[in-house]
Amino acid sequence: MTDHDQTTALPTPAAPPRPDRSPAAAAPAPTRPDGSPAAAAPAPDQLIIADRTFGSRVILGTGGFRTLEALAAAIPASGTELVTVALRRIDVEARGSLLDVLKTAGVSVLPNTAGCYTARDAITTARLAREALETDWIKLEVIGDERTLLPDPAELLVAAEQLVDEGFVVLPYTSDDPVLARRLADVGCAAVMPLGSPIGSGMGIRNPYNLSLIREQTDLPLILDAGIGTASDAALAMELGCDGVLCASAIARAEDPVAMARAVAAAVQAGWLARRAGRIPRRLYAQASTTAEGLAEFT
Amino acid sequence: MIFINGQPTDVESGATVTAALERLGIEPGARGIAVAVDGEVVPRSCWTQRALEPDSRVEVLTAIQGG
Repeated sequence: MTDHDQTTALPTPAAPPRPDRSPAAAAPAPTRPDGSPAAAAPAPDQLIIADRTFGSRVILGTGGFRTLEALAAAIPASGTELVTVALRRIDVEARGSLLDVLKTAGVSVLPNTAGCYTARDAITTARLAREALETDWIKLEVIGDERTLLPDPAELLVAAEQLVDEGFVVLPYTSDDPVLARRLADVGCAAVMPLGSPIGSGMGIRNPYNLSLIREQTDLPLILDAGIGTASDAALAMELGCDGVLCASAIARAEDPVAMARAVAAAVQAGWLARRAGRIPRRLYAQASTTAEGLAEFT
Repeated sequence: MIFINGQPTDVESGATVTAALERLGIEPGARGIAVAVDGEVVPRSCWTQRALEPDSRVEVLTAIQGG
């Protein structure tokens, strides 16, 4: 039995999981009078956040890539159409332009508030990001602890509410607390982005139960935002009901970032398809897959 | 004396944000840049008007790889 089998042994729910607003769900797709599909079912690789549709369920963090060239190579390998950036004091000596690389790659930019420890600093950083990058989208991070980089829930909620009021499309990096996730949804965030484990730890999803609970209670896009170590973690996130994953270190710091970008992209697709396929329930004992009927008697 | 990204810098009295940017070699039309003075965002459209006080803290930010 693998680690995952143990950590994901969710009790069999009384009712099947919340039907996902998506494709292949059991019912046939609605059709127009002429028989054509009423609305194209979202493809495995269509991620919808706020008013935008992305052709990939992978959001790529740009932190940790050794060079801009390595980043430029990983972007198409991951298939992503949305990548995060941070804001820092300009280095006029810096070689090459990150924004030029991202423009060439044809991806949208999602600025973050990494490094902010208070709602006030995060709000100011978001406003600066809007000014610098001409986007209302913000990945809201308010860190509460230097060693674990865990979010500060109280500051996060204050900042989220303020930024929503200012017209931002707020994607909050949050702990995997279902109650906090609900509060973030209530104040108008465009998605919830819980961690699986601490940023950069590569420890995967430490509390799949909480992720399932968050999935049950919100229709907002659910993006796993931190902790992925390798492709199977991304697949698990999707099997638990996530709509996408944000992956940075696992790809950027892999021995071969391009190969890992491909692996994560494939895992995200596989997990998304598996979630909709409806897995078999876990059982304590075996259930023969071959009937005993007609079994020969030799003695 | 003002502070541009933490560095003490001499500028003429009444200098604007645009002047501070010039000190860094940044043209007024540069993209991908945002400015805060004393913790308040100064929109691009105000760079030529916003005068700096002595001890003003000017932060000039841009996008870097991150998270």
